[in-house]
Amino acid sequence: MITNIQTFFQDLASSGINLTIFYDAFDFDRFVTGLGNTLLLILISALLSIVIGAGCAAILTLSNGFAAAIVRGYIALFRNTPLIVQMYFFYFAIGSIMPVGRNELGLPQPLISSFSWAVLSLSLYSGAFNTETFRAGIGAVHNSYEEAALALGYGKRQAFFSVTAPLALRFSFASLANNLVDLTKATTVAYAVGVAELLYVSNQIWSDSLNTIEMMNVMLVIYLVLTGAVVFIINRVEAAMRLPGFGLGDGQ
Amino acid sequence: MNQANLLAQILEWMPFVLQGFVLNILMSVLAIAIGTTVGTFLGFGQISPNILIGAPAKLATQLFRNAPWLVLLFYCIFLMPYQVNIGGVMIQLPSWLRATIGFSFPVAANFSEIVRGSVNSVPRGQWEAAEALGYSRRATLFRIILPQCVTRMVPPWMNLYALLLTATPLSMIVGVEEALGRTQAAVQAQSDSRVLIPMYLALLAMFFLYTWPINRLSLMLERRFRTK
Repeated sequence: MITNIQTFFQDLASSGINLTIFYDAFDFDRFVTGLGNTLLLILISALLSIVIGAGCAAILTLSNGFAAAIVRGYIALFRNTPLIVQMYFFYFAIGSIMPVGRNELGLPQPLISSFSWAVLSLSLYSGAFNTETFRAGIGAVHNSYEEAALALGYGKRQAFFSVTAPLALRFSFASLANNLVDLTKATTVAYAVGVAELLYVSNQIWSDSLNTIEMMNVMLVIYLVLTGAVVFIINRVEAAMRLPGFGLGDGQ
Repeated sequence: MNQANLLAQILEWMPFVLQGFVLNILMSVLAIAIGTTVGTFLGFGQISPNILIGAPAKLATQLFRNAPWLVLLFYCIFLMPYQVNIGGVMIQLPSWLRATIGFSFPVAANFSEIVRGSVNSVPRGQWEAAEALGYSRRATLFRIILPQCVTRMVPPWMNLYALLLTATPLSMIVGVEEALGRTQAAVQAQSDSRVLIPMYLALLAMFFLYTWPINRLSLMLERRFRTK
C-alpha cells in the first residue's frame, strides 16, 4: 500500500509534479513535524487566547478602575502593532535578558524556547481580539437578564458569572470563529523566530528539493483545510451549546 | 557607556529606521489602492445573480481570505518574475513591489467581503421599492443601494488598512528593507544587547502612533453612522 503510494508519487515526479513529501521518508518526517507544530501552536494559543480574552472581558465589565485601564492599554497596544514586531520584541529583546541554561552538550540554550515565545505572543495578540469579541458578546445580552438575576437576590458578580457570561458566550461564537481563523493564519508568523512549523519546514523542503510551486500549493491547501476545520469545530460547539428559544433564528 | 550615550546612540539610528517605515507606508498605500479596486469588482461579482460571475468571485474571495498573508506573500515573491516586458519596455519588479502585490490579494478578498456585507445590510425593502418604481437592477444598485453603502464601508475599510499596515513588516522575511528589517540591521550593527529592548520598543511605538489614530477614527465614524 505504502509502496504503491510512493511509486505513484515517484511516477508523478518524473512527469513534473515533484511531491517529495509523499515518497521521501526524510521530507515526509520533516513535513509531519511541521504540521504537528502548527497544530500545537494553534491549539495552545487558541486555548490561552480564549482564557485571556474571557478574563480581560470580565475585568472590563466588572471593574472601572485601575485593572480596566490596564486591560484597555493592553488591547490598544496589541491590536495596533504588528504581530511580527511583537514576536521579535519578545524573542530578541525580552529574550536577551532572560536566563540562559545549558543543554546536554554544555552549550548555552535559552530556557524559553522560540516555540514558547511564539505561543506567548500569539496568545497575547489573539487574546486582545478575543477580549473585544467577548465584550461585544456581553454587550449583546439584554440588561433585563442581569436585572432579573439581581431581583432574585444574585450579587452583581454572581449575576455576571452565572447569567450574563454564559449567554454572552453564545453571542460571541461567530466573531470568535473569525478570530481563531485569523490565529490559525497568524501561526505562520512563528516562521520568523525559527519555529519549525508548516511554512518553515515547507521552505526547507523546497530549498532542498527545488519543488517550490508544489510545496506552496500543498501548504495553501492545508491552511484552507485548517481554517475550514476551525470554523467547523466552532460551529459544532455552538450547536452543542445552543439554548432552545435563545439566540439567532430561534426567536419565533 | 552611560545612559545618555545609549539614548544618543539609539536616536542616531532612528532616521535609518524611519526611512524603512516610509516604505511600510508606501507599500500599504499602494496595496490598499490595488486591493480596493480589485476588491470592488470581486464584491460586485459576489452579489451578481449570474452564477458564472458569482461562483468564481466567491471562490477567489474565500481562497484569498483564508490563506495566510505570509503564504500569499511567498507566492508573489517566489513565483513572480523579476522583470516584466510591457510593450517592449522592461519594467523591473523589485522585491518590495512584488510584496506589495502579494499584500493586495488578501486586501482585495477582504474588501470584496466588505462590499458584499454592506450591500446585504441594506434592507430588502429598498430593493423592492426601487423595483416597484421601475428601476432596473443596475440602476437600483448604483443609484439607490451603493450610495447608502459607502458610509457603511468606510469604517471596516479603515480597519482593513490598519490591518494591512501591521502586516507589511512580514515582507522583512522575504528581504524587503522596511522598518523591521532595518531595526534588525541596526541592532546587529550596534552589537550591544542593551539597545535591543529600546530599539524594538521604538519600532512598536512607530506602528502604534500610526495605526492607533486610524482605528480610533474608524470607531468614531462607525458610531456616528450607526446613530443615523
